[in-house]
Amino acid sequence: MNNYTGFGRIFFTLVLAMCLRIVPWPSAVATINPDWVLLALIYWTLAIPERVGIFYAWTFGLLVDVLTGRLLGQYALAYSLVIYLCLMLHKRLRQFPLPQQGMFIFFCLLLSQFLLFLIKNLQQPGEFPATFWLPVFTGTLCWPLIFTLLRFVRRSRIFK
Amino acid sequence: MDHGSPRIDAVRATLSVFTDSLKYLVDMPSGLINQASEATSTYSTLKKDNEILREEQFINKTRLLKFDALEKENIRLRALLENSFKLGEQVLIAELISINMAPFEHIVVVNKGTRFGVHPQQPVLDANGVVGQVFRALPFTAEIMLITDPSHAIPVQVNRNGLLTIALGSGQLNRLNLPYLPANADIQPGDLLITSGLGGTFPAGYPVAVVDNFNPADSKSFINVTATPKALLDRNRELLIVWGNKAPVQLLKDQTTDLKAPEVNKHE
Repeated sequence: MNNYTGFGRIFFTLVLAMCLRIVPWPSAVATINPDWVLLALIYWTLAIPERVGIFYAWTFGLLVDVLTGRLLGQYALAYSLVIYLCLMLHKRLRQFPLPQQGMFIFFCLLLSQFLLFLIKNLQQPGEFPATFWLPVFTGTLCWPLIFTLLRFVRRSRIFK
Repeated sequence: MDHGSPRIDAVRATLSVFTDSLKYLVDMPSGLINQASEATSTYSTLKKDNEILREEQFINKTRLLKFDALEKENIRLRALLENSFKLGEQVLIAELISINMAPFEHIVVVNKGTRFGVHPQQPVLDANGVVGQVFRALPFTAEIMLITDPSHAIPVQVNRNGLLTIALGSGQLNRLNLPYLPANADIQPGDLLITSGLGGTFPAGYPVAVVDNFNPADSKSFINVTATPKALLDRNRELLIVWGNKAPVQLLKDQTTDLKAPEVNKHE
């Protein structure tokens, strides 16, 4: 059985995640819109760490920077750090049941958001509304969905 | 405003070729819906629209007739004051791409970029007033910061008496703050605020906002005044990007000099 996951599939899911970032949701949804790209990157890193790693994180981080009009490199840095953690711990994380994985994902998302918070504050200090941290929670809640969906994409023969 | 060094801009422009195609992709459904609703509109509604537009155009044309004369008179008066006078702008119509860049920021994306000569800090208008300024120009798109963005400020003056002040964005689409007005400032609810032309980014004389009701506080040295933007910031799909004519109109050498005001012409 051929377990090899083509580049096309990984690329497609990441591009789809990038699209989800910029869909014009109503403002209530926009404030809780989780970081889909990071979630997808974490999944692929845990699933095929020998192929998806920091290079992917850095590249797609840069693309997200340009996509959302941020300072070039801030998402790249945040994603690379989080993906490095995932690479270190992927063997252990694979054994965890989904809720326990969710805990780890929560800290990953929190770390990424905290880095973005620091960089933003360096640029122009200002008040952040408490809703700035909401995507971390929604992202954690979305993890089981992402996990199941991407595992289906990885395993199904439809896309081969 | 942009903290990136100009060397990085080339990298960003290259990467944006890919991300901009994503922006157009995400925008496609709403564009299709617009097209579909246009295609299925009935003959009678089209006829009605046509009539309304024709009437509007007639009224605007007659107003412009008067504007021409006023403009020349203004130049003549300025010349008497030995004051240079700037006017004449070129505009480019850009269409909004309906995507959501980041929450908490009032930045919108339009479908014209550096390919059309758009550059940062250009003023952006709509039919009712000032919308904002170009924040970043990429090859195929441009990011526009609205005047209501929390980090945006626009120099304005009260149309009634020429009182100068600065209007700051509030983070709400229907409000601007005017925090730098002393308690005895001559400002009233309903006053029209226009661009003052100071600062060099926005050309003078475009309507920005209308002053809201406020309570004059006697005990404080500054009053809290808010204003409602004239431009329909959340309902527009078409925006005008403006090229200001930086060269001032020459002073009159003598009264017989033929005054030729630069025309407002469109790129598209």
